[in-house]
Order: sequence, then structure tokens, then C-alpha cells
Amino acid sequence: MKIDCKHVWDYISAYIDGDVDHALRAEIDRHLEHCEICSAVMDSTRNVVVLMADERVFEIPGGYSERLHHRLDALLLTGDSSG
Amino acid sequence: MEEGHIISAQVPTGKPARVTSTINSQGNGDRAPAALIARILAGEKQLFHDLIRPVERAVFVMLFMLLRNEIDAEDAAQETFIKIYRNLHNFRGESKFSTWVVSIARNEGLAWLRKRSSRPEEAIQPILDQDGEASTGDFTPALLTDWREVPLETLERKELGQCLCRAVLNLPPIYRDVVQLRDMDDLDIAETASVLGITEGSVKVRLHRARIMLQKELVPLLEKYAPAKRGFFWRRV
Repeated sequence: MKIDCKHVWDYISAYIDGDVDHALRAEIDRHLEHCEICSAVMDSTRNVVVLMADERVFEIPGGYSERLHHRLDALLLTGDSSG
Repeated sequence: MEEGHIISAQVPTGKPARVTSTINSQGNGDRAPAALIARILAGEKQLFHDLIRPVERAVFVMLFMLLRNEIDAEDAAQETFIKIYRNLHNFRGESKFSTWVVSIARNEGLAWLRKRSSRPEEAIQPILDQDGEASTGDFTPALLTDWREVPLETLERKELGQCLCRAVLNLPPIYRDVVQLRDMDDLDIAETASVLGITEGSVKVRLHRARIMLQKELVPLLEKYAPAKRGFFWRRV
């Protein structure tokens, strides 16, 4: 099987997740060895996935946890959610 | 794009290892959710605090993505955890506790949207793709020949985090959902499908499209954060 750039792009996400079979992965790897555009596309997409996983991307408001647990304390102590 | 700057590094296989804690790493030491839940139901109510700490961030993010308002998201998060506490006896352990919690949070968020109804662009029911989801479709990435690794340390700069956050928020809802659950919360494909009530195949297609959209959106922004020179493992040829 010989694959082209378009074929590689169709499998970027599955490749990053390790969700392509052995034969296809080997073919994509061979393509990436000589195609600098697809290598850069794969690198950049994977980098985006890595960055998205970082909790610093999305900041939680200060005091969220404290306010949540304070509210829950009222519930746990009284069995009522109005606190 | 700069001609002549070519990447020789190979992309490692498999989903990248996570750099931060996620809802799938429960963070309760050796106390599994099931054991904690049993003790809470037996009367040790204060353990509920420990049970939910690993998932409280994911619940807020889920609700903020839906409601796009920090105050509403926080109020909805509190209501979500109250419902979880009151329905804890209904958790059968057929899914992970974190998946169950995120599902309840999503339903709570959708209920808030119905009540609020001030954001018609946020459809209550997922918007089905016009071209179906049988294939990945014609989603082409941003083409480039130079991609320099953006170090995670760069996230210390608020501006970059805000760019990434904005890019996710700007995705159409059906794509934002899968990115949030799969890439931000680290749910697996089956768990993501379960929360969204769609097939695993649809999750994969939407995830692919979402990642390509983000790549196209973010590459021009991220390039300015890339280091000027490569380290040993990122030499140019």
C-alpha cells in the first residue's frame, strides 16, 4: 500500500491516539520519513493535543473549590442544600 | 512559512502522556471511588469532599464550556455536586465514577441552557453534521514545513493559555465537546461516547475534525512561542 499526503491527513488523529493498525502505521511512518510537510503537520497537531491537556490552559476562578466545599459542608451537616 | 526549515524529528507513537492530573487519575491515594462511596453511604458523609476533589475541575470546565459564564458555571457546579450527593446510591459502578459525574454535569448544564434560552447558538440537541460522520471528510490541516516545539513552560504565559482556551470555545459545540472530554479531561473514546450519547465512531470523526480545526487555528499563533533554536532532539536537517 502506498499512501499520499491526503491519506496521511485523514489519519492524523487516529495516529496520534495509536488507533491505526500496524500496517497503516508503518506506511504512515515511511511517508513521514520523506515528507517534511506531513511531518510538520503531524508534529503541530500532536503539540496542540499536548498543550490542550495542560490544566494551565483553562484557569478555574479563584476560590471555586473553597466555595463549593463550603456549600457542600452545609448540605452534609444538615442534609439540606439551601446552605 | 519559512522555506528550508525542515523538521526531521519523528512524532512518537500513541497519545501523548499527560502532563497534569486528570479526572481519570483519581488522586485519592489508594482509596478507590467505590470504597469511598460505600463509606459515605454508610454514614461517613464528610468523605464526600475527598470523593469529588479529583472531578471538581472537570465539572466546572464542562459547565463553563456550555454556559460560557463563570458565575453560572460555578452555581451549576454546586447544584451538580448536590445532585451527585443525593443520588450517590444510584451509582452502580457500571461506568467510572468520573464518567458518571461528567454526564450529570453535562445534563445539568443543558438544563440551565434550556432555562436560560438566551444563547440560541448553543443547541440543546447536538447539531448533526450535514455531511454525516461516515468519513473524516475534507478536513485539511494547515500546511507548513517548519514546526518548532512549543515548550509546555510557555503556558506560564497567560496569553498563550487564553489563545488555546479561546480556540476551544470557538469550536462548534459538537467538536468542542469531544475535545474537552477526550483531550482536556482525558476520557477514553468509549467514555466520551457514553457521556455524549453518540457512537465511538462519531467520537473519532469529531475528534479528528476538531483537532484539525485547532491545528489550523493555533499554528499561526503558536509559532511565535516556539524557541528560536532546536535542542538536540529537534535538529533541523
